[in-house]
Amino acid sequence: MKPTRAVGVIGYGGYIPRYRIDAAEVDRVWRGSGKKEGRSFKAVPGPDEDTTTIAIQAARNAMDMASIDPEELRAVWFGTESKPYAVKPTSTIVADAIGALPHANAADWEFACKPGTEAMQAAIGMVGSDMARYAMCGGADTAQAKPGDVLEYTTGAGGAAFILGPGQESVAVLQASTSYVTNTTDFFRREGQEYPNHGQRFTGEPAYFHHIRSSVTTLMEEIGAGPGDFTFAVFHQPNSQFPLRVAAELGFARDRVEPFVLTNLVGNTYSGAAMLGFAKALDVASPGDRILLASYGSGAGSDAFSYEVTDKIIEVRKRGVPIERYLKRKKLVDYAMYARYRGKLRRN
Amino acid sequence: MHFARSWRQQSSNLRLVGSRCASCDAIFFPERIRCTGCGSSELKDYRLSGRGTISTVTRVFEAPRGFESQVPYFAALVELEEGPIICAMLTDVDQEDVSVGKKVSMVTRRILAHGDDGPIIYAYKFTPELEG
Repeated sequence: MKPTRAVGVIGYGGYIPRYRIDAAEVDRVWRGSGKKEGRSFKAVPGPDEDTTTIAIQAARNAMDMASIDPEELRAVWFGTESKPYAVKPTSTIVADAIGALPHANAADWEFACKPGTEAMQAAIGMVGSDMARYAMCGGADTAQAKPGDVLEYTTGAGGAAFILGPGQESVAVLQASTSYVTNTTDFFRREGQEYPNHGQRFTGEPAYFHHIRSSVTTLMEEIGAGPGDFTFAVFHQPNSQFPLRVAAELGFARDRVEPFVLTNLVGNTYSGAAMLGFAKALDVASPGDRILLASYGSGAGSDAFSYEVTDKIIEVRKRGVPIERYLKRKKLVDYAMYARYRGKLRRN
Repeated sequence: MHFARSWRQQSSNLRLVGSRCASCDAIFFPERIRCTGCGSSELKDYRLSGRGTISTVTRVFEAPRGFESQVPYFAALVELEEGPIICAMLTDVDQEDVSVGKKVSMVTRRILAHGDDGPIIYAYKFTPELEG
């Protein structure tokens, strides 16, 4: 799929909360097995943070980089599976905070971990059809996990936002995008439930691996490209192993993928995961580079994109905040503070 | 629940929108309907940059109702680069990060939630500028 009018990313931004917990600390509390410290961490939202505040900061960083009038945005679309309000859009708050209202479409998107890339496809369509000059999309989450569940070792917090606009203004121009979606129940959270459920190894095959392989293979066939044509590849990253394994299966060299797997640093940020990886790739990309982005959302589906980086990246990204700054800004907390910050301790 | 009040305050809470006097250029936060400098009533909305420095700061251990879950926290007077001085909470800071003259910038945070089923109020706090 590609629009008739050239479309690309004109600005992007990410955000990662300051706090981190070591996976070994989670392990100490629930298994006491003495897992080695310092190997993997996850970002923990502060007591005054949620998906909305994360999305707002990512959106502000994207706006600073794009340097456009916010009233020119015709859409502000965020994807998440941890909405602070069950009924009341997060996107209206984000759009208000960046000054994009009232003449904009604002909506929340949902598809487990991939609503942000769905919103990206829609934004591409909106700009590509000339309905809008600019449209913002993004994904953010404060990922939930049942205390003690294997998910709790990796569920992080963070998000990223992208502003799509005309190709001639872009730092990365879209070449094509595909989606591959089936009715596969591998991970879900029922209405009213606090924590999600998952199908253990079923979440790998036939879920994550089959869907990403399918979307990426279809994309490469459509544009006549192979793994060697991409400078970098970014995959959804529920843990640090899955993206490296699917990359190897598809024929991508490990060194083109690994720098953008952030799971050991910030955990699985659900809707933010692949998008933060893509932002980090844009932070280091050079003009002419091709970047593959492949998301995955349980339920299940994968969206794949091919972007080509333009000369504008060099100047435009100076106005942004590199993801690396958020990765470096960190304060370690123990399980007790993590439990307090995540609202797992109730006083009444 | 204060639906109307929080709705009226949204532009200042989320975007630091204050007022600028069309007659003498004085800048105010929050919004005013009359200039305290020249007395003019021709004031226009003005969006502040959100950058400033800490003028004075204290640590709060006994918080007003609704803020108990955030203690201990820092509250500061922040002098914005456009001139107005604003009273605000600091966030993502430790004692060693807080000093008079420290540069800070505005972020939007969850300030208050009216119980488990009431509205959530998002508003400004300030945090040290990100180190490059």
